[in-house]
Amino acid sequence: MAYTEEELKKELETKEYEYGFYTDIDSDTFPSGLNKDIVKAISKKKGEPEWMTDWRLKAFESWSEMTEPEWANVNYKKPDLQAISYYSAPKSKPKYDSLDQVDPELLKTFEKLGISIEEQKKLSGVAVDIVMDSVSVATTFKKTLAEKGIIFCSISEAIKEHPELVKKYIGSVIPPKDNYYAGLNSAVFTDGSFCYIPKGVRCPMELSTYFRINQAGTGQFERTLVIADQGSYVSYLEGCTAPSRDENQLHAAVVELIALDDAEIKYSTVQNWFPGDKEGKGGVFNFVTKRGICHERSKISWTQVETGSAVTWKYPSCILKGNNSVGEFYSIAVTNNYQQADTGTKMIHLGKNTRSTIISKGISAGKSQNSYRGLVQVGARAKNARNFSQCDSLLMGNECGAHTFPYIEAKNNSAQIEHEATTSKIGEDQIFYCNQRGIDTEKAIALIVNGFSKEVLNKLPMEFAVEAQKLLEISLEGSVG
Amino acid sequence: MEFKEKLLSSHLAFEEDLDLNDSVHKTRASALKVFEDKGFPSKKEEAWKYTSLEALIQKDYALFPKSDSSIEVNDVKKYFLYDTDTYKVIFIDGVYSPFLSNTTHDGLDVCLMSAALSKPKYRKLIDTYFNKIAPEDDSMTALNTSYAKEGAYIYIPKSVVAEKPIEIIHFSSGNENALWLQPRNLIVVDENSQAQIIERHQSLKEHPVVTNCVTEIYVHQNAFLDYYKLQNDLPSASLIDGTFIVQEKNSHASVHTFSLGGKLIRNNLRYFHKGENVMSTLKGVTILHKKQHVDHATLVHHSQPNCESHQDYKGIFGERSEGVFNGQILVDKIAQKTNAFQQNNNILLDDKATVNTKPQLEIFADDVKCSHGCTIGQLDEEALFYLRSRGIPKKEAKALLTYAFANNVLESVQLPSLKKRINGQIAKKLGVNLGFDL
Repeated sequence: MAYTEEELKKELETKEYEYGFYTDIDSDTFPSGLNKDIVKAISKKKGEPEWMTDWRLKAFESWSEMTEPEWANVNYKKPDLQAISYYSAPKSKPKYDSLDQVDPELLKTFEKLGISIEEQKKLSGVAVDIVMDSVSVATTFKKTLAEKGIIFCSISEAIKEHPELVKKYIGSVIPPKDNYYAGLNSAVFTDGSFCYIPKGVRCPMELSTYFRINQAGTGQFERTLVIADQGSYVSYLEGCTAPSRDENQLHAAVVELIALDDAEIKYSTVQNWFPGDKEGKGGVFNFVTKRGICHERSKISWTQVETGSAVTWKYPSCILKGNNSVGEFYSIAVTNNYQQADTGTKMIHLGKNTRSTIISKGISAGKSQNSYRGLVQVGARAKNARNFSQCDSLLMGNECGAHTFPYIEAKNNSAQIEHEATTSKIGEDQIFYCNQRGIDTEKAIALIVNGFSKEVLNKLPMEFAVEAQKLLEISLEGSVG
Repeated sequence: MEFKEKLLSSHLAFEEDLDLNDSVHKTRASALKVFEDKGFPSKKEEAWKYTSLEALIQKDYALFPKSDSSIEVNDVKKYFLYDTDTYKVIFIDGVYSPFLSNTTHDGLDVCLMSAALSKPKYRKLIDTYFNKIAPEDDSMTALNTSYAKEGAYIYIPKSVVAEKPIEIIHFSSGNENALWLQPRNLIVVDENSQAQIIERHQSLKEHPVVTNCVTEIYVHQNAFLDYYKLQNDLPSASLIDGTFIVQEKNSHASVHTFSLGGKLIRNNLRYFHKGENVMSTLKGVTILHKKQHVDHATLVHHSQPNCESHQDYKGIFGERSEGVFNGQILVDKIAQKTNAFQQNNNILLDDKATVNTKPQLEIFADDVKCSHGCTIGQLDEEALFYLRSRGIPKKEAKALLTYAFANNVLESVQLPSLKKRINGQIAKKLGVNLGFDL
């Protein structure tokens, strides 16, 4: 029997968040609220040196003077930052050498998510630094990496063991004063990943982290710092899924990338946090600051697939400081039901002969709002800068919205900038064409959406591409009217 | 005394002298309140991010110029479309000049805003149309409304085709040290009617002039309006222009803006659709040199199904000039089957020239075709080489290419004599004789 669109719609509406479950692990949680003492306590709890505590306190001070930004094209009830607990770590804490020692509850959680560590370890050759409620609990393949001189550990570990690197680079791309949420993060970040690739080393495997928000009422403040030294290469993967929860959770992460001369960093994200149910209740607030700096002849490439979160506010950016450096941004943002996404990138051309590419694909369905907001800036000294931007939006259903806010600022006459954007729905003729050839409507839509996002999907590492495609399916199946 | 204070304190005296009906007085008072609260727009506002009025408002401008400025026809003839017979509404320093004008009440009204605002026979029209579409929260528009006194009032009744084009020209004589003008135009094109209008602001001597102009335009069912804005003023003159257009069913309104001169120009152009099958055209050519600054802020609000809008803005920027394009397309949920296109191409000729562009799409309907394209680049080296290899000097070759670049906007100019003149002005601006007419 034919599967009608109505049925599909119904099925999709009632489809609960697949990954919504709650792991029962004792955690060690701070009282809610934020003040100087909490910042100090976090720092003390993590056993940080004094300079770090001071840095946090300074960040806290400048943050206290800032106000929450309101320019983004999103509507939400501002989270009460005083009602959040700023520290939560799973209690069964000691570091593990092997997987057997890991709390089985935790392992089950990962299995449910389809990222069993064993499997990943054996089959995919991916070293996973899993962050669960702010403290990294498992790091694999560390030894293999150590042989090459690659440092891949949690940021708190790095603060203790590699203070010279952390001190030099932390806050160098995103200073604590940068924006409200970056300031907050700088004051209270509890953990995150740190990665350093030494000169001339090509990282043999994809490094990856999994973030999860687990404890009710805990905001998650991740801090990631990736440094690629001269002539090195690294591909970094970040993936997120969060359990279903009614109350809004806040996620304000900071990711800093530093590509020194001739280095290349590829940073991929698949984000699938709980988007809220079909009435728009609950869901994660994702206010993330991501930025990378490119030195001479280096390259930073951001790829993201955003399917989750109730509110997304995220602009992975590149500062093309060095001559001949390259910045890339590939994004698919899918919104359904009441989700809101305001995402895009900034490409700041400062050096000569710098190039950047922006490909952004927005798909909105249900009652969601999807915005692209980007900046391409060419400084007066950036001779021969080149940019190509393309933003396409696909609308499904008549209650959603797609918006484009590109800012283009050129101060140099040798700059060549192209921008194009289109908004459309899936054409009746396209579907008819498929139907005519015996492909049913549902499959035709999947086919068209897949083709629409192919340019970006192709940029993802193999391991992620499969998962990303699955996520697209979950988010969009049958949402076409 | 700051200029804002002056504007606020002068208003009472200004208002007492005027004999207007009550509703207009009220509108003006509330508009002044908006301006008082908001003040002049600053760069902190998103809509004015790239254009600063800071330097402009430092001067002390005369608000009420002496009315005895007279000018000779021969001095200003070159600014008219002299080889075509036209209706003319001409103002000198904000005051109507019956001597230079050629108005009419025969079949259609081409006359004065001051008459429309005060005479009882226009009362109904003013109640229906005056300050109905000008945005209330925009401080520059509010300032204009609070001081609205003079300007052109044009009414084309049902099923009338205005046989002659209508010219609206605002001269500033240069008799004042610094002058602040606030003309207010109202144009109504009724059902099945047609009109062609040319608007121009021109100063005759180098002296600081700021014109804060507002034009409200109503285009009714099946009507057609063709509007041209010529902005080729002296380097001491600035213009802040607000043009707001309402379109009813099956109507077509097109606005061409040619920004070739002046110090600072800001064009706010907004379209609102009130019926289906509406067609809106917005085109512009901007050619700038020196330290000129031109900001085009357009909005097309698609609030009805089956409508179409086309935007095409070309910019050529030399020396230290700055160009801004801020184009917004808004498509409401009910505006299905909308076709909205926007194109903004820019050429930077010199090192210090700047372009800031922000094409925005906000779309809430799903069955639409909307696109925008935007480029910033240089003249094609290969094309330049091609021309030079055929014996065309570099300067002419560049001019030819620039001319070609702007040409598809010129193509849609409906008045041959106007087209010819703009063509000539572009050639002059580029410093060459093209040797052919179009």
